[in-house]
Amino acid sequence: MSATEHFAAQVRNAPRAGDVAWLNQTREQALASFEELGLPTTRNENWKYTAIKPIEKKAFQAVDGAVSAADIEPFLFEGLDADLMVFVNGAYAHGLSKIGADGVRIASLSAVLADDAASVESYLGKIADPRASGFSALNTAGLVDGAFVHAGRNQVAPRPLHLLFVSSGDDAFSQPRNLIVAGEGSAVSVIEHYVTLGEGSHFTNAVTEISVAANADVKHYKVQQESDKAFHIATMQAEQARDARLASYQVSLGGAIARNDINTRLVGEGAEATLNGLYLVDGRQHMDFHTNIEHVVPHCISRENFRGVLDGRGRGVFNGKVHVYEKAVKTDSEMSNKNLLLSKNAEIDTKPELEIYNDDVKCAHGATIGQLDEVHMFYLRSRGIDPTAARSLLVFAFANEVLQSLPLEAVRQSLEKTLIARLPKADHLDELVQ
Amino acid sequence: MLSIKDLRASVDGKEILKGINLEIKPGEVHAIMGPNGSGKSTLSHVLSGRDGYEVTGGSVTYNGGDLFELEAHERARAGVFLAFQYPVEIPGVNNMYFLKAAVNAKREQEGKPEMDSMEFLTLVREKMGLLKMKPDFLHRNVNEGFSGGEKKRNEILQMAMLEPNLCLLDETDSGLDIDALQIVAEGVNALRSPERSFVVVTHYQRLLDYIVPDFVHVLAHGRIVKSGGRELALELEEKGYGWIEEQAA
Repeated sequence: MSATEHFAAQVRNAPRAGDVAWLNQTREQALASFEELGLPTTRNENWKYTAIKPIEKKAFQAVDGAVSAADIEPFLFEGLDADLMVFVNGAYAHGLSKIGADGVRIASLSAVLADDAASVESYLGKIADPRASGFSALNTAGLVDGAFVHAGRNQVAPRPLHLLFVSSGDDAFSQPRNLIVAGEGSAVSVIEHYVTLGEGSHFTNAVTEISVAANADVKHYKVQQESDKAFHIATMQAEQARDARLASYQVSLGGAIARNDINTRLVGEGAEATLNGLYLVDGRQHMDFHTNIEHVVPHCISRENFRGVLDGRGRGVFNGKVHVYEKAVKTDSEMSNKNLLLSKNAEIDTKPELEIYNDDVKCAHGATIGQLDEVHMFYLRSRGIDPTAARSLLVFAFANEVLQSLPLEAVRQSLEKTLIARLPKADHLDELVQ
Repeated sequence: MLSIKDLRASVDGKEILKGINLEIKPGEVHAIMGPNGSGKSTLSHVLSGRDGYEVTGGSVTYNGGDLFELEAHERARAGVFLAFQYPVEIPGVNNMYFLKAAVNAKREQEGKPEMDSMEFLTLVREKMGLLKMKPDFLHRNVNEGFSGGEKKRNEILQMAMLEPNLCLLDETDSGLDIDALQIVAEGVNALRSPERSFVVVTHYQRLLDYIVPDFVHVLAHGRIVKSGGRELALELEEKGYGWIEEQAA
């Protein structure tokens, strides 16, 4: 059986939530697309640097996970007052979750599809193209559970929402599907957080759709801390209406292979997108970020800042696409990707990809690849700081530039501590976490 | 304190220092003057342990031991301090952390416990007062966005906090206006003591109006070509470096 056949069978045999005509059609079409597209190969330009062969070699399948409240405790952000939804191997775990009654609408997608599918019909599968890749098609074909957040007009979420996706068991296959709908003038913060209980080699294939209506404000965090044996494929696709603001903060620390597609379409004038990211790659990890910002209409702003620290035999890929349509005059776009290589066997492929179809725009981009600055090192050493501690300090400072941009203090501090814990002779750096 | 004997050093195979001899006793202030390219900065870099310089001959004895046995951070912990000509900006690291790390590295070496936060703050505020530095300065990133004068004051602040035995000042005066120069010089003078020695590297005599040296040495083409008292600096100011270079050539 080929990998495509294996995954198609997994999806066919899986239980489904919601038996509604449009939904069934969406899934069936997606399954047909998946069977046609298959899993991407490196012959596909978008997947040129990321071979997913190891995913094809294992028999990933639905696995029931037994996870307790004590198990998830270490994954909660200290000091964060948030609504919490926990998913175990892709399935909503009601008993572990905690959602206040006073906020915006928060529900598991499985529940919504079973009882009230109409409320997601105009968004689900409409924002993210199920044919974008075989993985998107596979996720849509197996669409069963995930988080649904809906902020009504002018509704401001009283707390951030923490979505904790826990994988447990060696071959576990999970396909979270999330939908965030921010109505006109509303504001929500959502943290997508992927973790592994134990050291399993599981496979996560996630898709998150975000609709940001006029003048709404969405802050999206994606923290990927899965095991170093895990495979993680994820797409975020947003669409922003007039004056809509989206900031997405992507922090990628785990996984054997981690691929993130981070896309937004600016379809209303005055919309503003911020995409920031940090990736720490070590051992034999492979992390790939493909971002795509589509400036469809005039007067939109995009800001992108990705940084990577690569050590060991780690490999990183950053492909930042900015597509400015012909009528999107007065586009203001800046993109930066900086990489720090800490070992001679680490590798990064970085590529800005600008497609600009009019002259009246301001588009800046820059990419750097470098090693630790010898002058910085000498300055610290000349003040008595030993070389290992000096190196850790400089790596922390480099990476922390991205973490500093995270508005949620508890999440930022927690990630700063995680970063420090990975660095040698860095105990004192805790003092820099404020 | 410091004994330099026939020191030779090269960069990328090119000999820059061609046999330097210098004896520095505790409490002395030595000025090293010279035209651009004479090897002034190379000397201070070699003494502080910067990579990229190859010592090809001679010896440097510091407090009775071979200085070159120590790595840069070990020299710092042993009391050698270099005030940089071009202080380095370190984005993402605030001054407070940087100063504390430096102070505690030295204390660790000396077998002392880490300085607690209150003690540290009291001390740093006192030193900052001497250098007329604003309190917000502690929370700014190391040298990032600092003016030339602020950067140099920051070097002297570090020096004041670390209380070194041997202070190497590499063109600390260059690019400073007269007000900043006076503040920096006062900071240095406040640190003068019978146990502490200074090597003041400068291109201009003006600094020596404020930091009065015991000895002046003129460096040209990698050698000390003339040594004297303070009056030598005044002579150089009057005549320029031309006559020295001619003599050396």
